[in-house]
Amino acid sequence: MDIVQELLAGSRLALARAITAVENEYDEAVTLMQAIYPHTGKAHVVGITGPPGAGKSTLVDKMTKEYRRKGKTVGIVAIDPTSPFYGGAILGDRIRMNELALDQGVFIRSMGTRGSLGGLAKKTVEVVKIMDAFGKDVIFVETVGVGQSEVDVIKVVDTTVVVLVPGLGDDIQAIKAGILEIGDIFVINKADRDGTERLETELEMMLDLNSSKVAWRPPVKRTVANSGDGVEALIGAIADHISYLYNSGEFVRHRSARTKNELLLLLNEQISRHVLESVMAPGKLDLLVDSIEGHRQTPYNIVNNILADILR
Amino acid sequence: MQRRIRVLVAKPGLDGHDRGAKVVARALRDAGFEVIYTGLRQTPEQIAEAALEEDVNVVAMSLLSGAHNTLFPKVVNLLRAKEMSDVLILGGGVIPDADIPGLKQAGVAEIFTPGTSTASIVEFIKANIK
Amino acid sequence: MMAKEALKDMLDEYNMKAEKSLAKNPERQNLAQPRVYTPLDLEGFDYVRDLGFPGSYPYVRGVQPTMYRGRFWTMRQYAGFATAEESNNRYRYLLDQGQTGLSCAFDLPTQIGYDSDDPIADGEVGKVGVAIDSLADMEILFDSIDLGKVSTSMTINAPAAVLLAMYIAVAEKQGVSADKLKGTIQNDILKEYAARGTYIFPPKPSMRLITNIFEYCSKNVPYWNTISISGYHIREAGSTAVQEIAFTIADGIAYVEAAIKAGLNVDAFAGRLSFFWNAHNNVLEEAAKFRASRRVWAKVMKERFGAVNPKSWMLRVHTQTAGSMLTAQQPENNIVRVALQTAAAVLGGTQSLHTNSKDEALALPNEDAVRTALRTQQIVAYESGLADVVDPLAGSYYIEALTNKIEQECWDYIKKIDDIGGAVVAIEKGYIQREIQESAYKWQMEVERKNRVIVGVNQFQIEEKPLEGLLQVDASVGELQKKKLAELRAKRDNNALQIKLVALEKAAKDEKINLLPFILDAVKVYGTLGEICGVLRRVFGEYEAHVSL
Repeated sequence: MDIVQELLAGSRLALARAITAVENEYDEAVTLMQAIYPHTGKAHVVGITGPPGAGKSTLVDKMTKEYRRKGKTVGIVAIDPTSPFYGGAILGDRIRMNELALDQGVFIRSMGTRGSLGGLAKKTVEVVKIMDAFGKDVIFVETVGVGQSEVDVIKVVDTTVVVLVPGLGDDIQAIKAGILEIGDIFVINKADRDGTERLETELEMMLDLNSSKVAWRPPVKRTVANSGDGVEALIGAIADHISYLYNSGEFVRHRSARTKNELLLLLNEQISRHVLESVMAPGKLDLLVDSIEGHRQTPYNIVNNILADILR
Repeated sequence: MQRRIRVLVAKPGLDGHDRGAKVVARALRDAGFEVIYTGLRQTPEQIAEAALEEDVNVVAMSLLSGAHNTLFPKVVNLLRAKEMSDVLILGGGVIPDADIPGLKQAGVAEIFTPGTSTASIVEFIKANIK
Repeated sequence: MMAKEALKDMLDEYNMKAEKSLAKNPERQNLAQPRVYTPLDLEGFDYVRDLGFPGSYPYVRGVQPTMYRGRFWTMRQYAGFATAEESNNRYRYLLDQGQTGLSCAFDLPTQIGYDSDDPIADGEVGKVGVAIDSLADMEILFDSIDLGKVSTSMTINAPAAVLLAMYIAVAEKQGVSADKLKGTIQNDILKEYAARGTYIFPPKPSMRLITNIFEYCSKNVPYWNTISISGYHIREAGSTAVQEIAFTIADGIAYVEAAIKAGLNVDAFAGRLSFFWNAHNNVLEEAAKFRASRRVWAKVMKERFGAVNPKSWMLRVHTQTAGSMLTAQQPENNIVRVALQTAAAVLGGTQSLHTNSKDEALALPNEDAVRTALRTQQIVAYESGLADVVDPLAGSYYIEALTNKIEQECWDYIKKIDDIGGAVVAIEKGYIQREIQESAYKWQMEVERKNRVIVGVNQFQIEEKPLEGLLQVDASVGELQKKKLAELRAKRDNNALQIKLVALEKAAKDEKINLLPFILDAVKVYGTLGEICGVLRRVFGEYEAHVSL
């Protein structure tokens, strides 16, 4: 089975297997990415971020159903944290998307961060591209949700949706710590709760203060994900954002920035791997550490030597 | 290489007892696996679709309601139909010894009965995945 | 009592002596409790204030003055499997063998409001209880059983209103009016969300159905226990003894608040609230747990809710021995476990008791096994002397100290849950579920590291032979029920039913209407459980479980 051919022909199994190959960095991963790359660039990628308990998964579930009603196909990448101690993870976002399991137009994939910080899994970019090549119209990337440090998502998506809930206690904190800068759309979920008005007012105020650089003033939407209230309007806001991106030329600029970032990341990753392979020969690293501790060498001249070898 | 063993922990049918499934899921995580937990009330179709999308190495079903003879083979057959015959299929819960040969015949690799340690499940998975 | 200081000195002396002996007789590692209890552990203890007498506030010593001297706890074995006919046989057998109350187990499709021919019921019909699709099945279930003479407990939650209506309808056909009926419906939806999993509708409409039942019964079925607020399942899901009663009492608080909010006077319904505890292996801790729970609930009802009728202050409880402690290994051992758990429940002062059978780690009990389980209760009642003195453990330094400790920890949890916003919010946020899971995981790790010995499982194992003669329920039950349903639908007056279902749907949409009369109407024209719940599912929607691990 040529996995790429099957994937492009619409095989969900091939899509799943391709994602695994890339996530696990199998040998064929690079040729696979090479082959699918020309088929990417059609999907609208939407990032969903926000603190734990905000209801991101439930919101994604409802938004997906709305997109499906409009005839769009949807891919979902749901990311959960990998345990730093044992390397395992509980990937529990699917539990809130049970009804979507049988919809053939929806593909849900859960990923562990596997050591990455910043709210995304290491191979999120690649996985999104594969789903793009498969033909998904909309791709949701649901981040881990540790809240404050999740700025990586903007490097992967076209539209970033920040989901907040009233009354979590540290609303102001969430707003301060970088979230304001990355959000294209803000959502107050569980908007039937006390504190919604206040949160909305505070958000609007801060967004007004911040709206210097770009022509897009992020809207603040209210939703009640459990009942589906406000979801249609949210989809509308996302559509507005993508129109804005195209019309203003931001889309092209944004994509270029992302492509540049991808290229540099990939270069960085491959170079590191290549270089480290030479150092990681069994026992070699220990010998080097020995020589440093015995004051025969310093880390600096060791690195210089390694580079000199490689660049010869 | 970044390979992880991926396990789908599933609750087929109407049974609402999830203490075992949750304890096993946690133990598997602590053993370094990626565990996708489906939650309750999964139909065999939902389990098979999730297994496909998540490209899991293992499907581990927990069932205490006595419906295992009906539901476990259904999941096995659906996975086979989806060309996922490589997946290791496990079952656990309230399953009398007499039913085990039939389930294994149907394609379940192993049944973990009451009193099983989570450590033995981890060992079995490590020893038997393809 | 001798002077406190002098006693402290003697205690220190005793402990020094004990420490010296540790070299030769080291104490086991995993002992949570102190070595010995003395009057020092009961400082400030006031008999009248803290204990009182049996049958008086705060009811620590029991809810009735003479307890088992007048009447043993009701011996009420949970039973039901396959068809109504077979279950009816089991009920009559158990009554013949001396059990004193009925307890109905329903299969999962019934518990979740599905008919036996629903695709989702495939493989499940009759497996964990009896399949009840309509009033016709209910009539068979109670054939030759006089509902005017027996009390019946039904373990049914989300569709409790429907099964209660069916029971009332069967009784009516027997010539027994509703105001004479005695029994219980479990009807405790909060623990379904938190631990047991047989929910149907979301919390708000579920609470409406529950308060509808409180109101209907207070007027029409006054001897009926309208709810069995359950800790058994919470414990089975892995919680500690304290969590078991704390989370349950928090649920109880939520139900009382909901009923008051719906306009009911607390004393009009509170006397008919009942509880359901687990009888676990640690005999003395369990007895203390029971006693503590009565003091907490009495205070909650009197002080928090201002109830004035003493009946409202009483925590009346049904108990079941811990199913999760049964082992598949060396099943005979389970008889011993159940006997000890029975002692715990009796020392704890339960009003009724179900004892598990030795084969239940693997199947529903066969007739021999269930007879032994019943005999266990009878032996404790008649031969052990445990039922001869009311609350015999009272005054023990250990028991009273432990009762106090459990009570205090229970209040701590209740406060925590109050701070979160009450039990409903705590469940929505996953707080209760997480606490239970933590305890469950901790327990499992203790067992795997052998810090907790389970005889026959992680110590004292043997080469096992598979247990023979297990009860089996096969797929033919499903087929039979499907046939019965087809016949029923052909025979009944479908026009009359349609009218009733339409009326039910309309009433369901109005929060202020009590749905019991409408459900009763639909039941009497042989509307099926699935059809009636189908209407309610349409109006109320279905609960979506959000909480993961």
